[in-house]
Amino acid sequence: MIARQRDLIGLDFMRLGILALAAGMFFGVIGSFQFLFPDFLRELLFAQTRPLHVSLVISWIFLASVGGIYFYLAEQCNLPLWSKRGARVHFWVFVVTGLVILSSYFAGKFSGREYFEFPAALSIPIFLSWILFGVNYFNTLRGHHGPWPVYYWMWGTGIVFFFITFSEAYLWLIPYFRQNMVREITVQWKAYGALTGSWNMLVYGTAIYVAGRITGKQDAARSKLAYSMYFLGLFNLMFGWAHHTYPVPSQPWIRTLAYAVSMTELLILGKILWDWRRKLDDYQKHRQCHAYRFLYAADIWIFINLILALLISVPAINLVTHGTHITVAHAMGSTIGINTMILLASVFYVIREQRPQQDRGAGSKPITVAYWVANISLGIFFTALIFAGLGKGLYHGASFQGMMLTIRPWLLVFALSGIGLMLGLWVVLWHAFRLLTRISSTAANAAANQTG
Amino acid sequence: MEPFFVAFPLHYGNLTSVFRHADNDASHGSSLIAHRTIFAALFLLFSAYSAYVYTAGTKALNAEPMNDRARHGQQLFQRNNCTACHQIYGLGGYMGPDLTNVISRRGRAYASAFLAAGTQRMPNFHFKQAEISALLAYLDFVDATGTYPPTNYHISWLGTVSQADDPR
Repeated sequence: MIARQRDLIGLDFMRLGILALAAGMFFGVIGSFQFLFPDFLRELLFAQTRPLHVSLVISWIFLASVGGIYFYLAEQCNLPLWSKRGARVHFWVFVVTGLVILSSYFAGKFSGREYFEFPAALSIPIFLSWILFGVNYFNTLRGHHGPWPVYYWMWGTGIVFFFITFSEAYLWLIPYFRQNMVREITVQWKAYGALTGSWNMLVYGTAIYVAGRITGKQDAARSKLAYSMYFLGLFNLMFGWAHHTYPVPSQPWIRTLAYAVSMTELLILGKILWDWRRKLDDYQKHRQCHAYRFLYAADIWIFINLILALLISVPAINLVTHGTHITVAHAMGSTIGINTMILLASVFYVIREQRPQQDRGAGSKPITVAYWVANISLGIFFTALIFAGLGKGLYHGASFQGMMLTIRPWLLVFALSGIGLMLGLWVVLWHAFRLLTRISSTAANAAANQTG
Repeated sequence: MEPFFVAFPLHYGNLTSVFRHADNDASHGSSLIAHRTIFAALFLLFSAYSAYVYTAGTKALNAEPMNDRARHGQQLFQRNNCTACHQIYGLGGYMGPDLTNVISRRGRAYASAFLAAGTQRMPNFHFKQAEISALLAYLDFVDATGTYPPTNYHISWLGTVSQADDPR
């Protein structure tokens, strides 16, 4: 009998994502020092390090999520990819476009937009490859019989809403949008708010999938609670973004609606507190498993970030926090504390499934130490940003330089803890990359032997 | 750093806890229809809401439409990635100040001096005089659209803010 050829393109996406995150953190650290010492590395302007950092870290989130989806569908859900070639083309389009984008930043070519600071033409291959991904995903799921578990819904929603929000982010190319400042800023926030919501659908779907596999409670992904949480998230994705636009003079009811929608998250906060005790018991049971440990860290960061999100969604508090480092603290809590921890859980879950002895063997101790270094550093980093933001928001002087001097000690703590965070995650990423590479090469050798 | 990974309200609560509540109600057939209906209803609402935001919800407030010079300034602003360091209505980087009302609060001469020579923090972009004029025209245009940060406002007991200097 000839064994089915394995679909391991997902691992290539994950490895590429790991490289992107490692490089993205490096540029983030350089940027944080340029913030403190403007003459530091003048050859590379802050206007270049910032987009390098942002694009690479966002790429990690997308690459690791997409990699997980390709891998889980093909290898664990008994759903061979509808088009393996399509997945491979998707991968190479990402690689080539990514390299061109990085080159454009180094060359100083920008479109000057938040998130997508690269020349607008480079969005075309990304858009086309995403269509390929969507077609592949939905056609692959046609092989699934019965109702979808919630993570299929979430992945599908993430794919569809990425199309929508990515397109929306380019509405500025039409003069009708860019020549009206209120519309320009409001639509930008709308697109970016929902865009982060779309990648969160991919990431949280992955979390639910991985947690179900580890705990053996896979039926929970079909529970009423799981669907309720999904629809609450979708509702927030669609209508909650405008809490970023409180100071923008759009129609006032848009802003009031966002406030009301954001407060629905109090339900989630209550739920977290209600489950806390039982969650600790589960943690004790699975604490030796790297994947579960990363999921647990994500849980803690969700709790912290949710409280911050609720606070900054209150217009009276937002008045002080908007446009300050507190927004960055929330962003970092979300992208590193939540998204990155979940995606690392996904990566280590794949490693555990494919090479269980490696997950517990050599490298386990450094990963544990690095895990704690990264999380403690992130805690300090997050706190420093909150204090820096408060310093900025409550500053009453007229001088920008005066404000920067006031918050400088916090920015120094932020930059130093950023180094700790980077080093901690680098160690984790190094081991993850190494183990994923072994899995890929073992599978490639096995395939070669079979055909030989 | 900056608010690029904007705070967004999408949380599923405690991830691992979802799995302690695995219920046995496996009446999936009817729930599938319910899920699709909820999704379709939300999507329709979202589409209608988006259409409103694109039109009446963000209707132009400044009487003067963007002129050619301001449009050129907007292009320069983007081409030089000014948003990496500066904000407009709080959107952008934190290396430099928010520029929404820089013209009315600091004056054109002040802004012009920064554009012409840079500072220790801001590189000298070697703008030509016409480019400086275009950037100032763009900042003029932005300035006329509203006030940020608000200076005259009232906070209600619900935590909402009514801004006296909101053009709405």
